[in-house]
Amino acid sequence: MAGIPHDHYEPKPGFETWLHTRLPVVALVYDTLMIPTPRNLNWWWIWGIVLAFCLVLQIVTGVVLAMHYTPQVNMAFRSVEHIMRDVNAGYMLRYLHANGASLFFFAVYIHIFRGLFYGSYKSPREVTWIIGMLIYLAMMATAFMGYVLPWGQMSFWGATVITGLFGAIPGIGPSIQTWLLGGPAVDNATLNRFFSLHYLLPFVIAALVIVHVWAFHTTGNNNPTGVEVRRGSKADAEKDTLPFWPYFVIKDLFALAVILVIFFAVVGFMPNYLGHPDNYVPANPLATPAHIVPEWYFLPFYAILRAFTADVWVVQLVHFLTFGIVDAKFFGVLAMFGAILVLALVPWLDTSNVRSGQYRPMFKWWYRLLIVDFIVLMWVGGQTPTELTSWISLIASAYWFAYFLIVLPILGLVEKPLPQPATIEEDFNAHYGAQPHAAE
Amino acid sequence: MMRKIAITAMSVLSLMAGAAQAEGTFEPQTKDVAFSFEGPFGKFDEHQLQRGLQVYTEVCAACHGLELVAYRTLGDEGGPKLPEDQVAAYAAQFTVTDADSGEDRPAKPSDHFAANTSAGAPDLSLMAKARAGYHGPWGTGLSQLFNGMGGPEHIVSILTGYTGQTKEEAGSSFHENTAFSTGWIKMPPPLTDGQVTFADGSPNDVRHMSEDVAAFLMWTAEPHMMARKMWGFVIVGMMGLFAVLLYLTNKRIWAPYKGRHQA
Repeated sequence: MAGIPHDHYEPKPGFETWLHTRLPVVALVYDTLMIPTPRNLNWWWIWGIVLAFCLVLQIVTGVVLAMHYTPQVNMAFRSVEHIMRDVNAGYMLRYLHANGASLFFFAVYIHIFRGLFYGSYKSPREVTWIIGMLIYLAMMATAFMGYVLPWGQMSFWGATVITGLFGAIPGIGPSIQTWLLGGPAVDNATLNRFFSLHYLLPFVIAALVIVHVWAFHTTGNNNPTGVEVRRGSKADAEKDTLPFWPYFVIKDLFALAVILVIFFAVVGFMPNYLGHPDNYVPANPLATPAHIVPEWYFLPFYAILRAFTADVWVVQLVHFLTFGIVDAKFFGVLAMFGAILVLALVPWLDTSNVRSGQYRPMFKWWYRLLIVDFIVLMWVGGQTPTELTSWISLIASAYWFAYFLIVLPILGLVEKPLPQPATIEEDFNAHYGAQPHAAE
Repeated sequence: MMRKIAITAMSVLSLMAGAAQAEGTFEPQTKDVAFSFEGPFGKFDEHQLQRGLQVYTEVCAACHGLELVAYRTLGDEGGPKLPEDQVAAYAAQFTVTDADSGEDRPAKPSDHFAANTSAGAPDLSLMAKARAGYHGPWGTGLSQLFNGMGGPEHIVSILTGYTGQTKEEAGSSFHENTAFSTGWIKMPPPLTDGQVTFADGSPNDVRHMSEDVAAFLMWTAEPHMMARKMWGFVIVGMMGLFAVLLYLTNKRIWAPYKGRHQA
């Protein structure tokens, strides 16, 4: 499967050969698990396993929760409380599922920022990156619809606000919004279709994950140096790599176990920390909550959505140039989706030939600023708007776009990269000392 | 690198927070109460829950419902733990309309507490989780790590937060309350010192009754809290052990390659 030379599965005579000539499934599993993996991968490379675990956790707990949940506006809230009170360990299922979504997004953000630092999006891994972005979008859709299902106040009003974004599209927006909701407002039809899609999309994600893994198994993993594995001969490749099993599986599982200690502590001891108290109040279309705030993992993009108000000159300029078609609300929606679009297009926006940020002295600082920017956006997205927070969100949003559209294209032209190691082996040995292979 | 980022982020956040606090609107006050059920080791005090049930029954139930709670759960482990006969006797003092026959009959343990919307008062089943008392520092809500969500504290603060001032507005009277979101609440002060007499002679001033009923409402909102924490210890412990074993395994399989660590 991979371009890196390595041993392949050889079926033994008898049943193994019989099966292999009919369905080479063992070979598929063997080659997937034994894929040569750069031996210098650091601890930032463990989040893939965490994400795979999250997907399985969410599907398993979600399928059981769906056995007890009723997607009907008069019964949804009560059915969730039935799960919390009467279903055996139902409170654990629900808290694992609700906090599992948070772990999922926590992991995906670190996974994405790891890719941004080490240039994992660069040629030849653009397709892996794009598939990853599609997974991220599907995750956001799934999480958003899942949050609507308990039919609390924040479920209802969150759904109203977010579907309202589509209503901001000039001309066809209101029709699209009505089509999405299945009626003029968030109601039973909305709840039903959200439940249906919330059940469907995780399996779409699972399929995309397979393609994601397939893509980077074809190109080989990136690594902290960004230097490619030598592929001239199997002997050379083996100096740069170790098989995924057991070396990286055990390492990743160790990291997963440590992360799960923290995760289970949150589930066991403070399961409502990341939720909104308002969602323990049944949905009431007649009473708007004082602050409608999305889940924490949407806050950076929610901040960008809110940043572009009608008094910002860029918004006014665009409003003027488009003869009023793009108003402040639509501008905000475009900015929010644009913020994700520039992230998806980063393989073509970054002009540097150097893959890893380790060898890019100027890039490092802009990258660190981007992380601070992301945290600031997340914080400001959760605040009640004031003059000060409006300024902060505007500046932070501007930097988000500037990083991708200005900084990355220019940096590649002006930056003098540091010397890179010639091989992965050289980098690994610099850390751990040259080791004769006889040591095995 | 991560530390630098964290420090930078923190200092930026604290600067912004300082400026944001200068704004000056009404800030509801939440009193901190050291409840027995806070933190990972916290447990409900079944006697306090029983007193809280009594306060609810004799005072709050006049206007507030508790419709998500079944009478039978009053006998549950990790709850008020009333003996079976007392649960039945407690339920039997209420009348419900039988869903099948349509006739009124005394409530059974399998029935739920009544809904009550007569005074337009909210149902209290989930109230302790539907309000957050703590939002700081800097709007991150991280103090909940140490103090709990602050829902029961909010209830205590409401019940003890009356200043005695009243005002008439749009045909309704409002009572000034330092814990309510707007500062003025419709609910008249519900408790007075000595209003409920506890069989065990526990103190029955407003503050103590408030704490008892707030603890009871925390239980109605999260009836399996103690079981959940037990789960927490078991899975955290098992996962911790698993992590140690994996650490040792990992170290061992990598030893041939990382034997001479120089960094």
